[in-house]
Amino acid sequence: MYVTIVGSLFFLTIVTVLAAFVELGVLNTPLALGIALLKATLVVLFFMHVRYNTPLMWVFAAAGFFMVLIFLALLMQDYMSRDWERPPAEFLL
Amino acid sequence: MSSNASVTLNHQFEDLQQQYEAANMGMWAFIAQEIMFFGGLFAGYTVYRFKYLGAFIEGSNYLPLELGALNTAVLIASSFTMAMAVRAAQQGAKNPLLRWILATMVLGTTFLVIKAFEYADKYHHGLLPGFSFDGSGQLKIFFSFYFAMTGMHALHMIIGLGLMVWLIPKIRRGTYTSEYFSPIENFGLYWHFVDIVWIFLFPLLYLIGRDPWLTM
Amino acid sequence: MSYLSASYGIKSWLLTLDHKRVGILYLVMTTVFFMVGGLFATLIRLELLTPQGDVFESDTYNKLFTMHGVAMIFFFLIPSVPAVLGNFLLPLQIGARDVAFPKLNLLSWYCFMVGGTLATVAIVMGGVDTGWTFYTPYSSTYSSYYVALALSGVFINGFSSILTGVNFLTTIHKMRAPGMTWFRLPLFIWAQYATSVIMILGTPVVAITLLLVALENLLGIGIFDPALGGDPILFQHMFWFYSHPAVYIMIVPGFGVISEVIACFSRKRIFGYTFVAFSSLAIALLGFLVWGHHMFTTGQSLYAGMVFSFISFLVGVPTAVKIFNWTATLYRGSISLETPMYYALGFIGLFLLGGLTGLFLSTIAVDIHLHDTYFVVAHFHFVMVGGMVMAYLSGIHFWWPKMTGRMYHEGWSKASALLIFFGFNLTFFPQFILGYLGMPRRYHVYPEEFQILNVMSTAGASILAAGYLILFAYLFLSLFTGRKASPNPWRAVGLEWEIASPPGPHNFDVIPIVTKEAYAYEEGDVTRVGSGTAAEGDPIPEEAERAEV
Repeated sequence: MYVTIVGSLFFLTIVTVLAAFVELGVLNTPLALGIALLKATLVVLFFMHVRYNTPLMWVFAAAGFFMVLIFLALLMQDYMSRDWERPPAEFLL
Repeated sequence: MSSNASVTLNHQFEDLQQQYEAANMGMWAFIAQEIMFFGGLFAGYTVYRFKYLGAFIEGSNYLPLELGALNTAVLIASSFTMAMAVRAAQQGAKNPLLRWILATMVLGTTFLVIKAFEYADKYHHGLLPGFSFDGSGQLKIFFSFYFAMTGMHALHMIIGLGLMVWLIPKIRRGTYTSEYFSPIENFGLYWHFVDIVWIFLFPLLYLIGRDPWLTM
Repeated sequence: MSYLSASYGIKSWLLTLDHKRVGILYLVMTTVFFMVGGLFATLIRLELLTPQGDVFESDTYNKLFTMHGVAMIFFFLIPSVPAVLGNFLLPLQIGARDVAFPKLNLLSWYCFMVGGTLATVAIVMGGVDTGWTFYTPYSSTYSSYYVALALSGVFINGFSSILTGVNFLTTIHKMRAPGMTWFRLPLFIWAQYATSVIMILGTPVVAITLLLVALENLLGIGIFDPALGGDPILFQHMFWFYSHPAVYIMIVPGFGVISEVIACFSRKRIFGYTFVAFSSLAIALLGFLVWGHHMFTTGQSLYAGMVFSFISFLVGVPTAVKIFNWTATLYRGSISLETPMYYALGFIGLFLLGGLTGLFLSTIAVDIHLHDTYFVVAHFHFVMVGGMVMAYLSGIHFWWPKMTGRMYHEGWSKASALLIFFGFNLTFFPQFILGYLGMPRRYHVYPEEFQILNVMSTAGASILAAGYLILFAYLFLSLFTGRKASPNPWRAVGLEWEIASPPGPHNFDVIPIVTKEAYAYEEGDVTRVGSGTAAEGDPIPEEAERAEV
């Protein structure tokens, strides 16, 4: 079964490299990151056996990842709003 | 509780199952911490990519796409060999375990050798911040992140290789059996994690935004 | 045979795998760092007696407050309750024989020692003058290489936190005694759990941040250097992402101690146990979302500031829940005023003031006026010293008989507590006024009109110092001349009180089976807590028939 997983990982790597050659504009980045996410998920679920673990261990595995997302979100909201004269929802003010 | 002369039950645990689960949980807690460690680097990268997209694309264009892709394949293969090693350990199969660990080491070393070539190349082209850098401030920031992220990743791989060197004599002595294979399994978790970091590093540094037909 | 007498010699301590001994190792060394930090505080207050900079050069003064901050925060406050009391008590309170990973526990102490030594040497010898916050680009581009050395020390110390967190988390999940369900756990354990989560998820971010600053300091790579396009605010974001949760690492274990002490000396179950338990987790989680309130005036976008301000108000709610619940526990409790209770009651008042002033600072409009003034200094000293240190001292006095097998002199301990309380207020309350009037922090000179308040503050500091010195003295003396303690001198409820004072090396010969709730104090139990003397030949509980607890 590991053979299936590693095969999928190789396949996804080829896809992501080829996708870099296709000009999709603004979709290129999400596509590349999405494929990376899919690859990472396969490794976590199957190679790291999380698929067969208890829900508690799912929380452990996910906690770091979510905390990074939270960090990124609150961090980027600063940089993305630095140039605002007024916030988009102007009616609120 | 099964008794096996070569398996030590540490005094703080009631039985082997508790010891095994505790070790596993401890390893995952450590990995959560590692995710946050690299997460800090990813956060910094995101901020500067947002601010200096042009410089980041220019920086990516300097990175050899084919070597990055090759390294990705090498690491994925090493994750496969590691998973097979853990399975061998679970089955108490000493010789296959040894062979799969050695294979993982070979692949890991291959990765590092390729990386070393890439780094040397950057140095010769004046793209190594702090030592010889020839370019705009924003490009320097890109390469600072490139070296910090891939360098930290490579350091983790070197630590992994070191740990495997330490494991080998114990494997040969038959320390790991179908009743006691925690260290192999938990090391496997560490190794897979290092692979996952690269799975994200590769597109972020080598792929997105750059011109795929050209390496500067 | 106790854990103290189980083996002798320096090797048996430096290579110990006994969590209780590791706790004592931390106790000794955190006390040393507290004294180092206190020494530098004395020098600061000395300079501030007069408006002119007549005792130290401004550069030297900068090194003084840097050392004070680094020693107190990284090498005293962060390890104190978790590494001292937590290490000692966690396995005892859950009915385990040790933590999950005793070797990692010892390693965490060595990380603390190496990190502490490196940082101290770097600051004392080379003079790191960046402040404990190491703001860029000063720390990364314009200051000496000793900054990189100091940062390595802090980095290594971070591993101490991380390993402690991993150990505690795993121990609490996996090693509770049979019958010790989550909601029968002492609230001290819930607090340690929440703290461990913060340690694990927060510390690595400051680790990588400080590493990047050290690299920039040594190699000039440009991540935080504006001349190259770097953003100093990014450093502040990354630094405070950890350092705000870090203040919760410092205080939440103290909350756990207060729950234990209030319950025991009111002879009552903590009011709203479940709410207090979950409030620790809520603080841990929300604490990660508020870091931008340290950056309202430094260049962050206003809209991000509004988000952080709003969430900062939210994080006050679980904390307030605790204060309300402790007060409700006191109501109609059978209160006895032993020394731990002095400190606990002092904590509630002082932490309340400190916490409320935190809300002032979370209001952006007010913060624009108060940022970087003595108001901020007063705020964090109220929560850290009036709060955390008093909670720590409450815990030390509460569990001293358990840890050492000795009672301390009650008269001196109460006198010292009162001295500390009075000295603390005299030191730091004037600083609220100074900040409001506009006196900036980290300056060694100030306008004439602020002198009277500064003199009051320094006078208070001397009284505070006297209180602490008396405390060290009677605690140290108690080791030799204190009355021997019984297993449960306070008639408290908890697994740690069921075994000898001090405990044997393996804690429990037979793992207890738990059937009672956490604070099963009898209704109407008005018996005064006893003097706790044990006579030779009294049966030690673990040798008696181990039935259900």
